[in-house]
Amino acid sequence: MRLAWGPCLLAAVGICALSQDESTGRRAEIEVLHVKANVYLIAGAGANITVQAGDQAVVLVDSGPAEFSDDVREAIRKISTKPIGYIINTTVDRDHTGGNEALARGGFFMLTSANQQRQTASIVGHVNLLNRLNATDGKQRAATAGNWPTDTYDGPDWKLYANDEPLLLEHPAAAHTDSDTVVFFRRSDVISAGDLFDMTKYPVIDRKRGGSLEGILKTLNHISLDLAVPKENEEAGTYIIPGHGRICDRYDVAIYRDMLTIIRDRIQDMVKRGMSLDAVKAARPTYDYDGEFGSQTGPWTTATFIEAVYDEVTANPEGKAKPNK
Amino acid sequence: MIRRFSSAAVLTAALILPAAAQVDLSGEWGQKMHEDAPERGGGPEIGDYTGLPINDRARMQADAWDADKWTLLEHQCEPHPADYAVRGPGSMRIWEDMDPLTKEVTAWHTMIMWMNPERTIYMDGRRHPSEFAPHTWGGFSTGEWVGDMLKVKTTHLKEGWLRRNGLPRSEKAEMTEYFIRHGDDLTVVTIVKDPVFLTEPLIRTSNWILNPGYAPTPQYCVPSRELDHPVGWVPHHLPGTNPWLYDYARKNGFPEAAVRGGAETMYPEYQQKLATLPIPPKPGGADK
Repeated sequence: MRLAWGPCLLAAVGICALSQDESTGRRAEIEVLHVKANVYLIAGAGANITVQAGDQAVVLVDSGPAEFSDDVREAIRKISTKPIGYIINTTVDRDHTGGNEALARGGFFMLTSANQQRQTASIVGHVNLLNRLNATDGKQRAATAGNWPTDTYDGPDWKLYANDEPLLLEHPAAAHTDSDTVVFFRRSDVISAGDLFDMTKYPVIDRKRGGSLEGILKTLNHISLDLAVPKENEEAGTYIIPGHGRICDRYDVAIYRDMLTIIRDRIQDMVKRGMSLDAVKAARPTYDYDGEFGSQTGPWTTATFIEAVYDEVTANPEGKAKPNK
Repeated sequence: MIRRFSSAAVLTAALILPAAAQVDLSGEWGQKMHEDAPERGGGPEIGDYTGLPINDRARMQADAWDADKWTLLEHQCEPHPADYAVRGPGSMRIWEDMDPLTKEVTAWHTMIMWMNPERTIYMDGRRHPSEFAPHTWGGFSTGEWVGDMLKVKTTHLKEGWLRRNGLPRSEKAEMTEYFIRHGDDLTVVTIVKDPVFLTEPLIRTSNWILNPGYAPTPQYCVPSRELDHPVGWVPHHLPGTNPWLYDYARKNGFPEAAVRGGAETMYPEYQQKLATLPIPPKPGGADK
């Protein structure tokens, strides 16, 4: 791993690094931005990493992919020298959980005093996350044991406390996957939402791992209507950090929700009129939004998004989200 | 003698060189609504996209737009974004920040009457923020003097609108402005480039006149539940179902194709094409 403090754009706290994983050739342009109060964003190392820092310890939401862990740790040290206490995973994907083991090492286990001699941070996630990460395809598990959560919850929510601040964890049933967690830093007034939305693309609806558009919409409505409060003129106030991309506020979540709802309604109407998937695609129900969110390349294209919505709407024409278990 | 000459030269240079910096934009400005008044006052009609260099994506999104959107709690308190705010009715206050040591202007601020949105135009040469920084209604603006004109570059705008009838402007758009003062008159030129919804830059001017007696009215918006809606309901028209899309054309006797907008409708040559387009009958046979 080569690290160079390079000429990339200086972020709000003046931390910026260019790094390259020599084994893969991937480059990360890491930036650290102060979001609000105790919360920071480390961007550019795979998925977004939310950092809460205070007198007690460092709390991370997600850990990025494993290959950038050294750079992420260095970026964290620019924010705080306290040990990492919690790593909370918003979802199961490798770009959110791959750095769990490396970043937990040398941390401080916050949940029980009996385990504090382990010198490792507590890795927190919904129980479905554990089940997904230790699932096996018959040859190997989805992730090595060191990346699995050490502490799970199995209800719709869990409440933790760190750095003089409540951390409210909520599990949206069947959203991006069935293993998601939304983290609300209640005192700092920042929400870390994971892959529920991304201002640069349509959300990944991972139906094979229990995801659903209705679950995503339900959670975006919850964030927009119940949790987030704008400071003034639908701006600022509660900040929401998506799994990828820029820092957002309620307006951003609302217009993203609008877009998804409108596309869902269009496809639902087409399905009711008996249109096949090919006919729906040909009708281009996302065309007016493709300039902002569409993609023709990569693992999640506009076509795969339409297919996922079509499949869900066809299977569940009433558009009801699965109940929160 | 030499010393006297040198002093005169320095004085002359001091009077000439900083001419640009002597343009003072500060004060209260009243808006002149002598252009595009129907659009800017009462508001544009549904389906009126005339004279805007929009593409098919913008057209499709605007066709789906429903004014019931403004009844939703999460949309009630949106001010106009910076590129549209100068179009709306409302006076404007402009003031400056000055470095206490060098006395240089480090920033200009503007505030429009409607919902009091404030902008800061940094004059200290700072960079625009990271791509991961939040977007705002005012965006992030930096300025420089070009002769007597203040040239302003704005990025990080929130997604907004080109007109108040649903024509969208994306958050990828960037804006260049020129603030030009001639005596008691101020002209603000806005040039919006939007790779998502525009095929050409959208250039508009708004005019203002010095109005020292203007006192801004504080406006605070708090959303309140006006109508009961199902949670998550988003008003919109499915493709092909907006019943009001051509009312504007029919009422005014304009060809329907002309009100759909597009870059060609901006230019004089379009009049030749306009003459060949069919004019729809007015509602109720009023044209007979």
